[in-house]
Amino acid sequence: MTKKTTRRPSRAAILSFIIILAIYVLVFVAEQVLPATSMLFTVLKKGATYALVAVSMNLLNGFTGIFSLGQAGFMLIGAYVYAMFTIPVADRASVYQYFNGGIIQFTLPWFLAMILAGLVAALFAWLIGLPVLRLKSDYLAIATLGFAEIIRAVFQWKELGPVTNGSNMLRLFPNFNSFNITDADGHVVVYLSTIVPFLIAGICIGLIVLLLHSGYGRAFRAIHDDEIAAEAMGINLAHHKRMAFCISSFFAGVGGAMLAMYQTTVQAKSFTTAMTYEILLIVVIGGVGSITGSVCGSFLFVACSEWWLRFLDNEQFIGSFQVPLLRNGFRLVVFSIIIMIVVLFFRRGLFGTTELPDLFRHGRKESALK
Amino acid sequence: MNVEKGLLLLHIDDLHVSYGGIEALKGISLDVYKGDIVTLIGANGAGKSTTLRAISGLVPIKSGTITYEGGVIDGQSPQQIVSEGICMVPEGRRVFPNLTVLENLRIGAYLRRDDIQPDIEHVYDLFPRLKERSWQLAGTLSGGEQQMLAVGRALMMRPKLLMMDEPSLGLAPLVIRDIFRIIRTLHDEGITILLVEQNANAALRVADRAYVLETGSLGISGTGEELLNDPSVKEAYLGKARS
Repeated sequence: MTKKTTRRPSRAAILSFIIILAIYVLVFVAEQVLPATSMLFTVLKKGATYALVAVSMNLLNGFTGIFSLGQAGFMLIGAYVYAMFTIPVADRASVYQYFNGGIIQFTLPWFLAMILAGLVAALFAWLIGLPVLRLKSDYLAIATLGFAEIIRAVFQWKELGPVTNGSNMLRLFPNFNSFNITDADGHVVVYLSTIVPFLIAGICIGLIVLLLHSGYGRAFRAIHDDEIAAEAMGINLAHHKRMAFCISSFFAGVGGAMLAMYQTTVQAKSFTTAMTYEILLIVVIGGVGSITGSVCGSFLFVACSEWWLRFLDNEQFIGSFQVPLLRNGFRLVVFSIIIMIVVLFFRRGLFGTTELPDLFRHGRKESALK
Repeated sequence: MNVEKGLLLLHIDDLHVSYGGIEALKGISLDVYKGDIVTLIGANGAGKSTTLRAISGLVPIKSGTITYEGGVIDGQSPQQIVSEGICMVPEGRRVFPNLTVLENLRIGAYLRRDDIQPDIEHVYDLFPRLKERSWQLAGTLSGGEQQMLAVGRALMMRPKLLMMDEPSLGLAPLVIRDIFRIIRTLHDEGITILLVEQNANAALRVADRAYVLETGSLGISGTGEELLNDPSVKEAYLGKARS
């Protein structure tokens, strides 16, 4: 009689949990064993950061059906808020050298600054959501894109210099390497610089997954499926859309703070529209509506763009034969071709709407994919 | 059948609704009594669906009043109207295709904060097919099953007034019979039903009271029986037998 139980902690869920746990253990061990300069860790750190931002974008675009392209703007806000509040007071004079050390003369612990980064991003989302969320699809996308551009300009504005340091970069704030535990001589005893971003991203993505399976998440997905029917069920469209927008922006802000840690410096001009497109690409390639897809897509994307395809940018020799075409920039050509192939053969992204536990579940999901 | 039968539940007085410049409803008035099945019949574009949408608060009304349980409800938000017990089964079913059957039912009870498990059981008792497909995505159900889910979803709010917009649309005759059987069952449970149908024959057979809508205004009205036998209704909506 135990054939068809609907109790939630199923075999598939347990297996998924074990796999995720194994990945974390593997990352931790690898960091202790392999040289810290290995490209692998660059990819893992940036991948974890992008994974969080991609999932936050998926929450909005894939699950709630709000097509927003403001992600880079919210990341910028997050990165700046984090950096501004964590630069040690002693270093402020040198960072804000053109603005007499700036006007913020205190320092927050990194995790508080990170939460603040998310909150400020969410506040901005709430404000621009008031007018912008009345728009639909393409118009909404363009409006949010415009917002991101405006934010980028505003943060470089000289008059705001005492706060944002104008167009000069913010630096000397705690970054991922600050998490490594060192002994008295400065030698690293335990490496934590990769596992910490993994943990931060993991907790945030976990929260998003919980949200999506709560009543609110169901309402978001219902809005995505059919706005009119959702309204007829008594779901307040404006309220729920604004909430999804703010929550997504909160996590984009946290992601921005992580990006600041990864880059070790922050400068507004690097948060371009191209960054939003990278995230959008990750979401689409991973599968719109799949958290697993966004996470895997992000690591694949970062690995390809930063690591695996790097050799294409340099002249390569097989024996004495020089491989033609290989020169600076060729990597991007190959990368674009790979993306086109993926999109052609996986119309709904690598994962479609499949999640990790579905991979261990037989029958049910296949029928859903018709 | 129903203890409170005979009390006025919904009263519409001189309702006007326009879309842009086009007047979809030109002053209709109708009454729905507790425990009744009231049906609105009429051709395409007569304003049947618009009437239901106006009651649900999904379209703004131009003039007129809608009174429900003695209070004026026009101008209220759809959320308020749903939480007062007016639920709609929308035209074309409109289940949420990427949500499971169970999730669709839970969305139906979105505004409720109490325990909904008994209601889920109740819906599954009414529609055993849905229970079998509890974990299936609603988009994979057949048309008839989706209609059952749409009805079940509306029942999750424990409606006092259930409004059904063309529940027989696009369904096979056998399935239509099932749907009307369900309408009778719900009626026996004491739910007041406002039914919009193009399938006038079937609708009039279950109706306690029926109204004919003609391009935005009310035509004749009467009991279902009366309208079934009315020559003009016969001719226009039931397909007069060739003489």
